[in-house]
Amino acid sequence: MGLFSCLTKNKQIPNSERYSSSKSSSPINLCCFYYSHFQDYFSGQQAILHFIDLMSTPLLDVDGVGHGNATLMSSSASVDCVSQSGSGLKECNFLGLSDCSSVDSSAVSNVSVENKNNLNLKATELRLGLPGSRSPERDSDFSLLTSGKLDEKQLFPLLPSKDGICSLTQKSIVSGNKRGFSDTVDGFSEIKSSVFTEGKWMFNATGSDSGTPQSVVEAKLAGNAGLNVILSNNSSGAQPSMKKEVSTRAPKEGHNKMNGSNNNSSAPAAKAQVVGWPPIRSFRKNTLSTTSKNNDEVDGKPGPGALFVKVSMDGAPYLRKVDLRTYSTYQELSSALEKMFMCFTIRKCGSQEAPDREMLGENKLKDLLNGADYVLTFEDKDGDWMLVGDVPWEMFIESCKRLKIMKGSDAIGLAPRAMEKSKNQK
Amino acid sequence: MAYSFPEEVLEYVFAFLSYDKDRNAVSLVCKSWYEIERCCRRRIFIGNCYAVSPQIVIRRFPEVRAVKIKGKPHFADFNLVPEGWGAYVYPWISAMARSYPWLEEIKLKRMVVTDESLELISKSFKNFKILVLSSCEGFTTDGLASIAANCRNLRELDLGESEVEDLSGHWLSHFPDNFTSLVSLNMSCLGSEVSFSALERLVLRCPNLRTLRLNRAVPVEKLPSLLRGAPKLVEFGTGAYSAEIQTDIFSNLVEAFSGCKQLKRLSGFWDAVPAYLPAMYCVCSRITSLNLSYATVQSPDLVELISQCPNLKCLWVLDHIEDAGLKVLSSYCKDLQELRVFPSDPYGAEPNVSLTEEGLVTVSAGCPKLQSVLYFCRQMSNAALITIARNRPNLIRFRLCIIDPQAPDYLTLDPLDTGFGAIVEHCKELRRLSLSGLLTDRVFEYIGTHAKKLEMLSIAFAGDSDLGLHHVLSGCESLRKLEIMDCPFGDKALLANAAKLETMRSLWMSSCSVSYGACKLLAQKMPKLNVEVIDERGHPDLRPETCPVEKLYIYRTVSGPRVDKPDFVWTMDEDAVLRLS
Repeated sequence: MGLFSCLTKNKQIPNSERYSSSKSSSPINLCCFYYSHFQDYFSGQQAILHFIDLMSTPLLDVDGVGHGNATLMSSSASVDCVSQSGSGLKECNFLGLSDCSSVDSSAVSNVSVENKNNLNLKATELRLGLPGSRSPERDSDFSLLTSGKLDEKQLFPLLPSKDGICSLTQKSIVSGNKRGFSDTVDGFSEIKSSVFTEGKWMFNATGSDSGTPQSVVEAKLAGNAGLNVILSNNSSGAQPSMKKEVSTRAPKEGHNKMNGSNNNSSAPAAKAQVVGWPPIRSFRKNTLSTTSKNNDEVDGKPGPGALFVKVSMDGAPYLRKVDLRTYSTYQELSSALEKMFMCFTIRKCGSQEAPDREMLGENKLKDLLNGADYVLTFEDKDGDWMLVGDVPWEMFIESCKRLKIMKGSDAIGLAPRAMEKSKNQK
Repeated sequence: MAYSFPEEVLEYVFAFLSYDKDRNAVSLVCKSWYEIERCCRRRIFIGNCYAVSPQIVIRRFPEVRAVKIKGKPHFADFNLVPEGWGAYVYPWISAMARSYPWLEEIKLKRMVVTDESLELISKSFKNFKILVLSSCEGFTTDGLASIAANCRNLRELDLGESEVEDLSGHWLSHFPDNFTSLVSLNMSCLGSEVSFSALERLVLRCPNLRTLRLNRAVPVEKLPSLLRGAPKLVEFGTGAYSAEIQTDIFSNLVEAFSGCKQLKRLSGFWDAVPAYLPAMYCVCSRITSLNLSYATVQSPDLVELISQCPNLKCLWVLDHIEDAGLKVLSSYCKDLQELRVFPSDPYGAEPNVSLTEEGLVTVSAGCPKLQSVLYFCRQMSNAALITIARNRPNLIRFRLCIIDPQAPDYLTLDPLDTGFGAIVEHCKELRRLSLSGLLTDRVFEYIGTHAKKLEMLSIAFAGDSDLGLHHVLSGCESLRKLEIMDCPFGDKALLANAAKLETMRSLWMSSCSVSYGACKLLAQKMPKLNVEVIDERGHPDLRPETCPVEKLYIYRTVSGPRVDKPDFVWTMDEDAVLRLS
C-alpha cells in the first residue's frame, strides 16, 4: 500500500472534528491565485482581507486530495541508506539493490541520479502549491524535491512496518548545517500532513549513516488529506520513533513509538544529531560528553576536551563544526566532510547549475577532492598538524582539536610524522 | 507664558529614569527634552548590533558610560548560524574608543570579540570597570591578558559561556600586584588550568570580591584556600568537584564554606562526587541560587542537598533529579522562582532517568512563585500542560523541550495544541515561550489570540501551513523576537504581515519554505528591514525564484544593509535600499 493510495482515500487527521468541514473548492487553487498577485498584498487591503479570510478557512480539505497535493519526497533516502557503512543498521536500497554493507559512493551517485530520473517522470503529476517550484539540489539529495508524486515505496527502503506501511531505516545524523529532521538512528517520524492550504512543506529528514550527515531526505508534503506516512523505524535501537498521528488509526500506530524500542534488537546507538535540536548549547553538550566519559575513568580527571571541533577548508569562506562523537570510523567522517564542503568545492569548480550538481554526486566529489589534491588533516593536542587516518579512530578522537582540509601540496610530509608520533606514543 | 524647568533640573530628574523605555518616551516629548535626555543618557542597550551603526549611536548619545550589545540571533547558540556570519564588535570598540573615553562598562552577547578588540578596550578607556562577554567567541587568553594588565580599575570580568581559545593559563598573572579592585570574576568557561598561585594571590588581595566562578580545572582541594581568602563572597562557582575522598580535604572544605556567611549562589560542580556535597550543607540555608546543571549526581544526593535549601529561588539541575526529586523540591522550596532542568543524555536512545511531565506538574503545584521554566523531557501530555497552566498563571517564561521532535501527547496521541493553548490563555503575563512536540496550526491560533504580552517565541517542527505563522504575526502584539526552525511556513504569511516585521527586533526562519522571490519582494516593500538570506548552496540566483532559502534573518534597522557579510549571506534588494538611503 503506497503513499498515494492513502491520499486517495481521504484520510482525516486526528481531531478533525475540531476543524470545520472542508470547503468545496480547494484552498490550494485559491492560494495559487493569490500567490501570483503578490502586489496585492501590499497595495490592497482587499487582497489582504481575502487572504486572511482564506487563511482562516479550515485547514482540512479532504476534497483537495484529488488535486494531488500530497507529495512525499525523499530525495536522498537512497543515497543515504546505501551509503551507510555498517553501524549495525539495516541497509536497503530502495531501488531494490540488495543489502549492502559498504557501498562505494559511485553506486550512491548512480542511484541518486537514477532515482531522480524515475521521480522526474512523475514530477508533473502532483504539484506542490507553487507551480514550477523546484527545490535546489543539495548534495544531490535535493534532486527529487520538486513537486512530484512519488511512490513511497520508491523512496524508502522496503522494511515492512507493523502497519504495512513502508518504513524507513536510516541512521540520521546531521552535523554542520544540514537539516536533519529525524534524529533517530534508524527511523523517521511519521509525517503528519494535515491540510496545507498552500505551499510546500519542507520535511527534511536525514537519512544517513553517521558518516553522511549531509544526506538529507527531503520530503515535501503538501497534502489536503491526512497523509499517513509512517516512517517509523523498526530496526535497531534508536529512540522511540517519532510519530505524528494523522489518522484514526492513530492509537494503534502510536504504539510504534514503543514499537520502535520493542523492535530494536541491536544495541541502541547514539541519537543522530540534528543541527539545532534539541536546543542545547555547545558548551553544555561538550561538558556533558566529557563528563560522561569521565565517569568511566577511574581517576576522574577532566576529559580530553571538546568533541566539537572546527573544520576549515583552504579557501572556504566559513568554518564548520562537527561533533566527532557522532562518527565511528574515518570513512564516516570523511563522507560527512565531503558532503559538508561539497557545495563550496563544486562552486569553485564552476559548476553553477543544479542539474550539474546532481550529476556530480558523492563519487565525483571524491574525485574532485582527490584530483584537486585535498587532504584531511588535524591538529592534535600538541599543536601538530597530521594527516587524518594514520592512527586508530579512538586515539584520533582523543587527540583531535581541529580539522582542516588542506591542499595536498601543503600536506606533504605530514603522514610520516603521524606514524612516527603514534609509534612514539606507544 | 510657558515656563520650563532649567535644563539642569530636567537632567537631574531624568537621571532617575533607568529604563530605556522611559527615556525613549521622555525624548519624544519635545525637542528640548530630546536634547537634554540624549546628552545625559549613560546606559545604552542595543539589542541587535546591526540595527544601528556605532556612528549613529555616538552622534545621538555623546556621554555614554555603559554599553550592552547583542549580536547573533539566539539560534546561533544551537549551531544554526554558520561561522563567520558576523556580529563583530571591533567596529563598535574602535568607534567608542574615539568618542567615549570615559566608558566604564561593556556587555556583549553572542558577538565575535577578537584579541585586538580586547586590547583596544584595555587601552582606550581609562576608567574601564566592567566587561561581560556572554556566549562570545573569537578571542584567546592573550586578549584576557591585555585586559588584566591594563585595566587598572577593573571590577568585573565575566566570560560567561564564551568560547575562548586557551593559549595559556598565565593571563591571570597579568593583573598587577597593586590591582585590588576586582569584585567579580567568572572564568568558568575556560578549559585549561590557570596559574593557581596567581589566582590565589589575586583573590587574597581583592577585598571586595563578591563573585568568583572558577573553571573546571581548579581541583576541589584548592577551594578552601580561595574561600578563606574571600569570606565576603556572595557567589561562588567551584571547579571540578571531585577527588578521592580524603577526610582532610573534606573538613577543610566544610570549614571554608562555613566561613562564607554571605554566600548565596553556588555553581560549578563539574564531575561532582556525592561525597563532597555535604561540605556545602552549612551554607544551604542561605542559598538562593544553585546551578547543579553540570553535576551528574543522582537523585537521592540531589534531594538531600536541595531539601536543605529552603530559600532557594533559582535551581538549574540535570534531569537526574527525576520526578521524585522535583517532588521534594516542590515541598521544601516554596520560594522557587526559576527552574531549569537539562537533559543528561539528550541523544540517548532510551530515557535514562525517570523524569517525566509529572515532575513539572508537581513543581507548578507546590511552588507558588514559580515564574520561569526551562524543562527538557521526553514525554508530555495536554492534561499536564493544562494543569501547569492552571496552577501557575504567573508564569513569565515557559520553555518546554520535548526531546523527540513532534512528539504527541503520549496519552492520547493528540497534538499538544490544547496544552500550550492553556498555557497562553492562563498565563497572561507570559513573555517568553518555546514550543515543542506535535503541534498544528491550532496552537498558533491560541497563541495569537491569547499571548498578548509575548515578546519572544521559539518554534520548531510545528504547524501545518502559513496560517500558523499568520496567527502569530497578526495576533501577538508585543512580539519582538520570533525564531522558527523546520516549520512549513512559506511566503504568504510573511508577505501579508510584512508591516509587523518592522515592529519586531528580528525574525529568524531556517529550513522553512520561504522562497527567494518572496524574500526579494519583502525587501523591496520594506526598505527599513534587512532581509538577509543565508544559504550555503551558493547565490540564490542560481536557483529558481520559487526555491526556498535555507535560512532567513530579517531585522529592522536604521543603518541599511550591513557591509560585513560573508559569502553565504545576501541582503535582499540591497541596491534598492542603498539607493534610497
